[in-house]
Amino acid sequence: MKFNVKPAALAVAAVAAVVALSGAAHAQNVKVAFIEGLSGPFGGVGQNQLKHFQYAAERFSGKQANSGVTVEIVPMDSKGSPQEALALLKKASDEGIHFVAQGNGSNVAGVLIDAINKFNERNPGKEVVFLNYAAIDPDFTNSKCSPWHFRFDGGVDMKLEALTNYMKDEKGIKNVYILGQNYSFGQQVSKYTKEMLAKKRPDVKIVGDELHPMGQVKDFSPYIAKMQAANADTVVTGNWGADLALLIRAANAAGFKGKFYTFYAGVIGTPTAIGAAGADRVYMVSYWHPNSAQSQIESLYTGFKQRFNEEFYTVAAVNAVRYLVAGVEKAKSTNAAAVAKAMAGMKMKGASGEDIEMRASDGALQQGMYVAEWTKAGGPAVKFDQENTGFGFKTVRYLMPEQAAMPTTCKMPKRP
Amino acid sequence: MSTLNGVSYGLLLFMLSAGLTLIFSMMGVLNFAHASFYMLGAYFAYQVSSWTNFWVAFVVAPLLVAVLGGLFERAVLRKTHRFGHVAELLVTFGLSFVILELVQLVWGRTAVDYRVPAALDGALFQLYNANFPTYRAFMMVVAIAMLLALFLVLRKTRIGLVIQAALTHPETTEALGHNVPRVFALVFAGGCALAALAGVIGGNAFITEPGMAQAVGAIIFVVVVVGGMGSLAGALIASLLIGLMQTFAIGLDWSFIGALKSVGVEVTPESFGYPLWKLKLSQVAPILPYLLLVVMLIVRPKGILGTRDD
Amino acid sequence: MTDSALRPLYFKPRNGVRIVVWSAFAALLLLLPLVARSSFAQTLLCATGIAAIACMSYNMLLGQAGMLSFGHAVYTGLATFVAVHAMNRVGAGWWLPMWAIPLVGGLAGLAFGVVIGYVTTRKAGTPFAMITLGVGELVFAGALMFPEFFGGESGVSANRTAGAGWLKDVGITFGPQLQVYYLIAIYLFLCSAAMYAFTLTPVGRIANAVRDNAERAEFVGYDTRWVRYLVVMASSFFAGIAGGLTAINVEVATADLLYSVRSGQYLLFTFLGGVGFFFGPLIGSVLLVFALVVLSELTKAWQLYVGIVFLIMVVYAPGGFAALLMLNLRRIKYGEWRKMRWPYAGMAFFGAIALWGFAAIVEMLYQAQDAAVTGSALSVAGIKLDSATVSSWVLAMAVLMVGAFGFEVWRRRFKRVWDDGEERIAEAIKKAEAAIV
Repeated sequence: MKFNVKPAALAVAAVAAVVALSGAAHAQNVKVAFIEGLSGPFGGVGQNQLKHFQYAAERFSGKQANSGVTVEIVPMDSKGSPQEALALLKKASDEGIHFVAQGNGSNVAGVLIDAINKFNERNPGKEVVFLNYAAIDPDFTNSKCSPWHFRFDGGVDMKLEALTNYMKDEKGIKNVYILGQNYSFGQQVSKYTKEMLAKKRPDVKIVGDELHPMGQVKDFSPYIAKMQAANADTVVTGNWGADLALLIRAANAAGFKGKFYTFYAGVIGTPTAIGAAGADRVYMVSYWHPNSAQSQIESLYTGFKQRFNEEFYTVAAVNAVRYLVAGVEKAKSTNAAAVAKAMAGMKMKGASGEDIEMRASDGALQQGMYVAEWTKAGGPAVKFDQENTGFGFKTVRYLMPEQAAMPTTCKMPKRP
Repeated sequence: MSTLNGVSYGLLLFMLSAGLTLIFSMMGVLNFAHASFYMLGAYFAYQVSSWTNFWVAFVVAPLLVAVLGGLFERAVLRKTHRFGHVAELLVTFGLSFVILELVQLVWGRTAVDYRVPAALDGALFQLYNANFPTYRAFMMVVAIAMLLALFLVLRKTRIGLVIQAALTHPETTEALGHNVPRVFALVFAGGCALAALAGVIGGNAFITEPGMAQAVGAIIFVVVVVGGMGSLAGALIASLLIGLMQTFAIGLDWSFIGALKSVGVEVTPESFGYPLWKLKLSQVAPILPYLLLVVMLIVRPKGILGTRDD
Repeated sequence: MTDSALRPLYFKPRNGVRIVVWSAFAALLLLLPLVARSSFAQTLLCATGIAAIACMSYNMLLGQAGMLSFGHAVYTGLATFVAVHAMNRVGAGWWLPMWAIPLVGGLAGLAFGVVIGYVTTRKAGTPFAMITLGVGELVFAGALMFPEFFGGESGVSANRTAGAGWLKDVGITFGPQLQVYYLIAIYLFLCSAAMYAFTLTPVGRIANAVRDNAERAEFVGYDTRWVRYLVVMASSFFAGIAGGLTAINVEVATADLLYSVRSGQYLLFTFLGGVGFFFGPLIGSVLLVFALVVLSELTKAWQLYVGIVFLIMVVYAPGGFAALLMLNLRRIKYGEWRKMRWPYAGMAFFGAIALWGFAAIVEMLYQAQDAAVTGSALSVAGIKLDSATVSSWVLAMAVLMVGAFGFEVWRRRFKRVWDDGEERIAEAIKKAEAAIV
């Protein structure tokens, strides 16, 4: 096994071995309902994430991982709709599935958290645990925190902490323009950017703070014109998907020279759309990227590419599966409540070799954060390009988990 | 600069809505799948240009879409003609679903890499230290050329005269030896080709992905209604109006709070309806066309240049 | 000649028949949960019941008044938001029993119908369709701009077990799904009855006239716009009840309830069910839930199948499934059905073969697209295929061709028998009419 962090979690490997020897262990099968939009215009991202989970389950559970715990991913198509997701949650629990994975869209995640809280209260003994791999609304680990919710991505606050940490030392930044989609994520990006920049770089001027309706803008050139008029040299944007690609294309076409600080430049499809237009001017903050410093990541990236011919991106899927396997092994049971208890506070090695911890007080995974630059591939720093564009991400700043950690206001209800 | 941006966006909207208006005014059919043909145009152009080059795609893609459109008219749409306009609309509604699925089946569910050709990449000139992209100018030229061509074909050529005759007096035209159903098929194919042409030049300026049809679908209907059902000139005016309105609105940070302040009324977060007052004009810019639609319906239900009042 | 032959074209049932049909409907609603015991099955039933009210209210527009709307979800969705806020008020101590929440939704729907309908009903026909689409987009985009009311993209949630009342004292808390089902069933029954009654009122009748010939209705002296406005208001009231029930059923209102895709679904499935008959939308709502929940789990290509079925239905059977059913019932009544047994059997046999071939090709296409994840092997109706082998493709195409050929042969035979029968029925009707004169 090339991956030097033993998948089944070093801490429990010995225990598992002993149990296996004693013959008391029988193979345990854990089903995870993967509730995501898998069809329709926005199904592309969901399908890609599903591959991540399937790949993670193959490599980090069962035979390949020398574990008695086998994770099986059961895809369920929510079509991106919270209402459909709720029906599927019921279906999953009917089929005896007590673990749910979801991440695309804080709207669905918020609804799921709420529904799972209610469901677990009304159906003791049939509890459901939510593995959130990408919905990063900080409320989920603060005011809305739940003992049944575990988030494997970094919150908006953690990500902006890393981003502003980098921006702090970029002396060229003078006028910052904030542009986002008008929904809670875009609003939070705007709020935290202003707060953190005011602290770290009081000299920087915020020359624009703009929200536009999500997915409604076809032509971004007027926004670019506004940025140019405001003399902005830096843009912080929470935009994703077409809204991000269109923005950067419009900037290039209009000759806007400023830099873009983004969250989702690496999501499937977006690198293709950005292409050369974004070279050396698009930055992304994430907990991982293909050219992250640690070499062991390569096997994840190349293995996934060999298997599916797509880009590996979502380490959170791997971590979710690893935590689930370790949780089941530690609890010696597939009972969701027991596994939840076991996962809370559990520590292991992250994909970049750092020490990660599922913080018990709010259910947020504490992990490192990268700021990376979109640049021409080649050379040791940018080994892999993205989606055959000839461009890839280069690390320009890395924050250790303890540096990226953010305080929480969560008053966690007692874990049952 | 904003004016140029607005005009170029407006002209693209016009290219999109021209085909729709054409089909509607000629056949009375509201082609719900019109935006889907726009998408097909973009995808065909992507495919053809990846085999050959952009200029070949520029010619071939609209023709391919026209053939598909004509076939659809012959094989399906004609059969529903006797059930009335609602059935015709529903057929195209169903078609838009099928096209969307087929596009995803062939080209996948994410964006494809359809780029502006190198010859048209870059800036044409500079204005207030902002570039005006060559490609935008190209889009404007194509749109205007299309407008002129459309006008000439409809008014000055034999085919155009037959089409107009077939519209008002189908039986007489038929009696004169013209094949009216074929004329209708031609019109439908032509309308689809116009949508596809917009797709060819819009797909790389913006983005070519399965969601693109949905993204423009509603707005071109707004253009057609605001301009007046079935009026090409109305569609042109409405497109430019919407293009300019959206572009300029983004540049303006007006809100009701500011307006009220200037007349001496202070609005605080405690005031009634604060969420509405605090919205800035730039924030609502993308939905302004829909507001325009509502206002238009109240003030002048037949549209800018519409003739019918039903 | 029996007198039943006197009412040939429509099954205008006498009161006796009517009572039987409605009682059977009530009994069905009452007994369904005995069959559907799992909580998922009950969830499906609840969703179907709500969809049935929504589709029937949609058919008031489309079937009764000929108004094609692309914005029906605006009424159901906005009503859900109002209802959820009302539920939270109940939780905070308002005096309002939980069972009345759908009525709150209905009144909210009516209020929005009054406002929005005022604008949309200025036009009829195709422009009306486009305007509803535009208004739908406007409301949807607006929803994300006012998080104070719409709760942003996470929506607004509520708790249906909140509040007090005598129902609670007898153990009806609406916590268990079954209790919610019966609430929905009661509303469904009452709303169906009310909507049916509406079709018999003068307004309902004039709406039909406006649908069939607006000019003539205008000429006779009716203000067609006013008629359209009234129908929109009535329809939005019932749509609002469906929205209120949604609030109780899922306990959360999210912006996607307002999305144009949902409006499109109401249109699509109401049409598939059949717009010409009162019970058509009921069939439509069953199909809707089946397609969205069951079919979409079975196959990734579900949207393609739905789209194609829709296209075929619009072209060949614009009356929807309800009309197909009624045409066959009429055959039975005139004793013409027996002759069609063999053509039907032949068509069903070859149709199934062709369908398998077609489905196999579609499924293999989809499988080939995602072969890297799930492998190239798949099975269609129990028969194993592999999208990576030529033999599978040849097999599927051969089967499709055989099936299509056989189907066409039987279809022609069927058409002969059918047309023949239609002629005789028409003659019988003529004779019966002549007998009266």
